[in-house]
Amino acid sequence: MKNFISTFREILKYPSAIFGSLVVLALVVASIIVVVKIPYSEAINIWRGGEEIVGKNPRTVPPIWYNWFRKDKLVVSLDMVEGDEGVTVEETVTEGGTNIKTTTFEFDYQYNSFPQDLVFYFTSTYQDKQPFASVKIFTPDEREIKAGSFAIGTTHTYPLNQDDKLRKKLDGVVPNIGLFIQEGDEAQKVVQGVYKIQVELITFEKDSTAQAEFVMHGQVFGWAGTDHLRRDLTLPMLWGIPIALAFGLIAAMGTSILTMIIAAVGTWYGGFIDGLIQRITEINMVIPFLPILIMIGTFYSRSIWVILGATVALSIFTGAIKNYRATFMQIKESTYIEAAKAYGAKDNRIIFRYLVPRIIPLLLPGLVSSVPGFVFLEASLALLGLGDPVLPTWGKTINEAYGNAALYRGWYYWILQPAALLMITGLGFASLGFALDRVFNPRLRGM
Amino acid sequence: MGSVAEDVTPTVEKKKSSSNSTFTRVIKYSGFRLLSLFVTVVIGIYLTIMIANMGGYVDQMMKAEIQERITMQIQMNPAFKNLDPAEKTRLTEERIQNEIERLDLDQPLAIRSARFLKNALTMNLGRAQHMTSDSGSRNVRLIILERLPYTLLLMGTSQLILFFSTLFIALALSRKYGSFWDKVVIALSPTSAIPAWFYGIFLILIFAAILRILPFGGVIDAPVPDDFLGRALSVLKHLILPASAWIISTFPLSIYNWRTFFLIYSSEDYVDTAKAKGIPAREIERKYILRPTLPTIITSFALLLIGVWTGATILETVFNWPGLGRVIFKAIGLYDTPVIVGTTIIYAYLLAATVFLLDFVYALVDPRVKIGSGGKS
Repeated sequence: MKNFISTFREILKYPSAIFGSLVVLALVVASIIVVVKIPYSEAINIWRGGEEIVGKNPRTVPPIWYNWFRKDKLVVSLDMVEGDEGVTVEETVTEGGTNIKTTTFEFDYQYNSFPQDLVFYFTSTYQDKQPFASVKIFTPDEREIKAGSFAIGTTHTYPLNQDDKLRKKLDGVVPNIGLFIQEGDEAQKVVQGVYKIQVELITFEKDSTAQAEFVMHGQVFGWAGTDHLRRDLTLPMLWGIPIALAFGLIAAMGTSILTMIIAAVGTWYGGFIDGLIQRITEINMVIPFLPILIMIGTFYSRSIWVILGATVALSIFTGAIKNYRATFMQIKESTYIEAAKAYGAKDNRIIFRYLVPRIIPLLLPGLVSSVPGFVFLEASLALLGLGDPVLPTWGKTINEAYGNAALYRGWYYWILQPAALLMITGLGFASLGFALDRVFNPRLRGM
Repeated sequence: MGSVAEDVTPTVEKKKSSSNSTFTRVIKYSGFRLLSLFVTVVIGIYLTIMIANMGGYVDQMMKAEIQERITMQIQMNPAFKNLDPAEKTRLTEERIQNEIERLDLDQPLAIRSARFLKNALTMNLGRAQHMTSDSGSRNVRLIILERLPYTLLLMGTSQLILFFSTLFIALALSRKYGSFWDKVVIALSPTSAIPAWFYGIFLILIFAAILRILPFGGVIDAPVPDDFLGRALSVLKHLILPASAWIISTFPLSIYNWRTFFLIYSSEDYVDTAKAKGIPAREIERKYILRPTLPTIITSFALLLIGVWTGATILETVFNWPGLGRVIFKAIGLYDTPVIVGTTIIYAYLLAATVFLLDFVYALVDPRVKIGSGGKS
């Protein structure tokens, strides 16, 4: 224990170790929270869901924190339903069961640019007679614009931009622009102020109900923006953490521990087993690592767990096994092993109780330092289009962004966010690994 | 027994050589070494062939693909529209059979894989199944040769710059151990955990997307400049970003490793003795530090040179660079075993040859090493 504390103190002398441990700790905590808050099935559902899940998001817009750094604010997306702030509801019941419900959506528009679209979502219940909806818009410059009026089914979507009649009313300007400028304004200067949208819902039956939801697709959305399929990128950013950690840690641990045990067994028994391990290592050096993984991904399965297994299998018999072997050779000759043999310890006992523990200080830095390599390997395969088909990961996000020429079109957030997360993860583990190496490796001490 | 990686550490002579003359010892050793390397290459290549076929799984996929493609071809072809259905079926069957025979799929995998192996080992790379070179040839050799210059240009340039610059910087730093720059290198070394393609994305973002001074990717401007100088400059312009990405990603760690390596060697007793004797620092460096580390430096250089061969698939993907890494990736996507095996065998031979030659180079540069003596079991 005392030994452990002194080692710990030694580690804390390195600022990089503190940085690394903090990053690793934060990632572990974050992944636990993510997995608990958004369970796997729900995450998959959100990520691969259809129109009903992503329809209310704007397409390829940056995250809202873009506005913190801008003087000229970008339009923030709005999603208003009954009961929200700025929404008022008035109901008048007439005889014969006809019910007029007026929902007013009010919002203060203080931007110099235009939203992507304005969309209304209606839901209703009825027996025979469909409810009727009509939409009116009041602008700050006292204009009153009548948009569509129509019968609604149980669900109905009304995107203003697709309303050609409205467009004609606005002198042929697309509604998402036309509504926000003065009539006939060639310069398209935004009229700032409070906009009111009045939705009249008329139901004709006693138990019939109808609700309206107003969505403004802005120019920024959520904490991570959206992609070309309107999906909220917050999910892959968050779920990328546990996936990256799981892949990196399992691969690193599996590789290091198996390598160590195989090297120990080989060294202890020597002879044929040792020779076989050496030959396998040499053959493994001839086999091209990345192409083999690409082949497995292309021909067999793109599941992240299959790739993980293949990665571990191919990474065991590498140069590391030779290093471990050299160290075990030295340990094998030490006197306490001799003593163990003398009192008749079994082979297993010597390998796992005497040989292996001695090498753990050597193993630990190597293990931690190899994590970034595996995390980036997953991202690299995803970049080649061989990412897991179901899971949302950082690498897949970069791949999709790349496929849509995000850098060329200026959608930098799409690539920069997963890239930054990958980089922080990589640097965290690498810094910690370096510090551990310098603490545990006596030859490097003080260098 | 010889081995591929053991020779990274020179086999130091342990006892006085026996009565064997140097010549027979060297011949015996070389023969044995060549044989063991060859067996390693054969097994490695055979495994690659089997993986490229997924143990026959790919055959099923290819047969299904041929069946569908040819049936569709005949269905869609207006020339066969009025053909009697029985005749059509016969024609389809015949064409499917031809295609299967062309690709050798009627032979069992054991025979085919043996043929692949024999062709690979004799460097008879043969013809690709689906891929064509840019000039339209199916010849695997041409496909590879066509892309080789691009890979050599990108990887060769960056690897050579990296090797020599890091070596000299590391040597200088090991002299001024503990200085400001030394600390900078130590602090920066974890950044090498980030792969080159990753830096590539950032470089593209800065220099291509925002500043618009360098191209996003590719190898030459379109339209291609007429004169040689224009072409060279255009290629150079496209080379800057991918090469820098490669260099940036490896630079700090490489310096750190060399520097630590030199530091370990300069703390040897004989270096202290030399210092005590008052030998000038330059001479100590040359004779007492560089000389014993020469085998390691040469090994690293040799492995670096053959490492160029595999290219950098992902970096090439990010920069749309038409190198060998892309060829392998494309070949895998098209199930084109001859191309996959072709690139692998060349790498395997290069590796084996390098490893074999390194043994002799060690003996030349390090008088402590004697070929074939003190060999390990």
